[in-house]
Amino acid sequence: MFLPEPEIMSDKEVISMSVEKSVLPVLRVRNLNVYAGNHHILDDVNLDIPRNKITVLLGPSGCGKTTLLKCINKLTDLYKELKVTGNILIEHDDILNTTTNIPSIRQKMGLLSQRPYPLPVSIYKNVAYGLKLKGVRDKKLVEFSVEKHLREVGLWEEVKNRLHAPATSLSIGQQQRLCLARGLAVKPSIILADEPTSALDPISSKIIENLFKDLKRHYTIILVTHVLRQAMRLADHVIFMNDGKIIEQGQPEELFKNPKTEEMRAYLVDGN
Amino acid sequence: MITSLVTILLLPLIIGIGLYLKAAPLFDQQSFLSLVFSSQWAPSKGEFGFWPFIVGSLYVTLLSFIFTLPVCLLAAIYLTQFSSKQLIRIMHPVIDVLAGLPSVIYGVWGILIIVPMVSRYIAPFFNTTSSGYSVLSGGIVLAIMCIPYILNMLIEVFNTVPAGLKEASLSMGATQWESVKHVVIRGNYPGIISAYGLGIAKAFGETIAVMMVVGNVVKVTGNPFDAAYPLPALIANNYGEMMSIPMYDSALMFAAFLLLAIILVFNLIFRYLIHKTKRQ
Amino acid sequence: MRRIKILEEKFFVYISAFMAYSLIAVLAFIILVVFVKGFNALNLDMILKTPRGGYYYGGEGGVLNAIMGSVYIAFGATIIAIFIGMPAALYINVQLVRYRRTQNTIRYFLDALWGIPSIVYCAFGFALILFFGMNASLLAGIITVALLISPIMVRTFDEVLSTIPKGLHEASLAMGSTRTETAFRVMFKQGFSGFITAVLLSFGRGIGDAASVLFTAGYTDNVPVNLDEPAATLPLAIFFQLGSPIPEVRERAFASAVILTVIILALSLGARYLSKRYSRTNLK
Repeated sequence: MFLPEPEIMSDKEVISMSVEKSVLPVLRVRNLNVYAGNHHILDDVNLDIPRNKITVLLGPSGCGKTTLLKCINKLTDLYKELKVTGNILIEHDDILNTTTNIPSIRQKMGLLSQRPYPLPVSIYKNVAYGLKLKGVRDKKLVEFSVEKHLREVGLWEEVKNRLHAPATSLSIGQQQRLCLARGLAVKPSIILADEPTSALDPISSKIIENLFKDLKRHYTIILVTHVLRQAMRLADHVIFMNDGKIIEQGQPEELFKNPKTEEMRAYLVDGN
Repeated sequence: MITSLVTILLLPLIIGIGLYLKAAPLFDQQSFLSLVFSSQWAPSKGEFGFWPFIVGSLYVTLLSFIFTLPVCLLAAIYLTQFSSKQLIRIMHPVIDVLAGLPSVIYGVWGILIIVPMVSRYIAPFFNTTSSGYSVLSGGIVLAIMCIPYILNMLIEVFNTVPAGLKEASLSMGATQWESVKHVVIRGNYPGIISAYGLGIAKAFGETIAVMMVVGNVVKVTGNPFDAAYPLPALIANNYGEMMSIPMYDSALMFAAFLLLAIILVFNLIFRYLIHKTKRQ
Repeated sequence: MRRIKILEEKFFVYISAFMAYSLIAVLAFIILVVFVKGFNALNLDMILKTPRGGYYYGGEGGVLNAIMGSVYIAFGATIIAIFIGMPAALYINVQLVRYRRTQNTIRYFLDALWGIPSIVYCAFGFALILFFGMNASLLAGIITVALLISPIMVRTFDEVLSTIPKGLHEASLAMGSTRTETAFRVMFKQGFSGFITAVLLSFGRGIGDAASVLFTAGYTDNVPVNLDEPAATLPLAIFFQLGSPIPEVRERAFASAVILTVIILALSLGARYLSKRYSRTNLK
């Protein structure tokens, strides 16, 4: 696999590029609307996802946060009954309306679901899956990648002696970390997490939350949760949704201490 | 209520014993092994070697398996992963009707379409001649008869794959087809194998349709354009002479017993696989 | 690399779609061929008359004997199967509600039973005939076919009953009914659509199956009037007429095939439609 040759740039260009990069949101959503028949699931959603931060999508069940997530990595393409309009921009490319090369677009993002879904193969093969899809045959490279990403999620010590055991032999908490590791192995820039700790015990949840705090240095994380306390613990940026609309968004301290809308206030009261 | 349940459950046992008892006189004349493996079939001389019929059944069943394997697998994948909901709604009654058509109707259609097709187009294509009444015709007709059953089972198996698993594979950059290979098929080998196993068992016992197109000539042959004589056809064709030749009735009962035993074992094995996987 | 993947996917999706659609085409083709071939010889006589003298040599008559014979056998067999099968299915789902393992084991055995080919039932039926000194007759045919379709009846009904929410059963018990009362009132209403499906499916199988009646029901030119008489069946009528050297008789075989196909289509599609209709008021 050949990487594109880096261009030679002047110092000034390099500096202005890195400044631009840190300021430019990694993902921008514009005028997103999703319909299922007459049901308006997402209503004119506009938001920016800041780079290398944990953005929390907060809201009651059914408010559309999972659908929003699925739009971002184009899983909504699977459900032909859904009508999706609008733009989702990564860098300057609109990924929502392209029809070519969708698997590559999806590789920019890693998905962690509510329940762990390990592939029906061994631990090793789960993490190696992404590389296999890319066609990487070099065994050493694959082994290196597997170890690196298992270490990244803190699983290496626990599984290094049984890499070829079936993934289903792990506990649920370990499986979820495995799913995180394999998602990271495709080298995404964004991690999409849909209530990733809802099926886990408190200890495993804590491990995942700490992992996210570490990972945000290198990745941008979009976390969907309906647990207010988790949002308070992790969020750098909060987006509160209800009924398919964005009600409030901003800094967590702002939103939680001084909610501007009635809905947010009610949610905070119920959540506490 | 319990008596009716028990009666039904004991049925295969009762049938098996009944058939075995009726076939028993045969064992005084020939050993079990020679009955199964000998090719000497001369009832008027008292020689009963069932091997040609067993081979005939195996061959026709094998051919039907070769045809059903790709068709059912691919159709099931398309219907559960790629097609619109509309298509599946149409397919369900189609499958039901195909499954409900009596075998004699398949036989009639086989005689009208498949047999001439084999003798006029397929055999010449392979540089041979055939009357059309052949193992190949039997295999084709049998395949069409078994497809609805196997397809239904495969659809059920594939529908149990959780959407989250497919989504996980897709979000790592797999195409839909790759996800199907690695997630839908990979994790469901027992279910898939059972579906085909049960289909094979059904094919093995199918009588009328096969009998009408397969030629019914006693011989052991490897040529699919030759005629053959499967076990069920043997029983069906000769009930007339059964009583006039000594031991013939025992022989046919033995054939029925063999059929029952083989198919029951198949069913027990593959149903067991299914029940085991359903638990998970 | 990507191009290969895209091509691979396109290729397999097209082939798979082709397979799926061709099944519909095959069904249409089969029905079309049978109907087209049989249409010419099909007339009211075929349905309403029994064979007169010389029928098999091209003479007058129809296949009423076979139609009625098949109907009688299927009807009788279905009734017997209901009496054996319904209680059995209810037992599995009511009395055994707490014994999950036993339920599954029994279902496992019943499923295995379903696979026994009809020719085996025929051979067994024949053995029974010899044993009891009966003749090949309507009664023998009914018994053999009843044995054949009992597993279908039990399992189909059982499938539907097993989807009835447990709460229904418990609520009924809480209102004071005994176990048997519960079984027959509450679950039957809910399972009615399944009952219809089971009956129609079994009836269809009973009418169309040739192998099981081959040497148990005999054959005759008359419509049977009592149980001891031999009975003709539609599948066998088709079979025998097809083997005739005379073209007119073979034509009639196709016409009989049309009659049989129409009956089966009506039963299959009717089963589907009726079960949908009656399950509308059911709990999900």
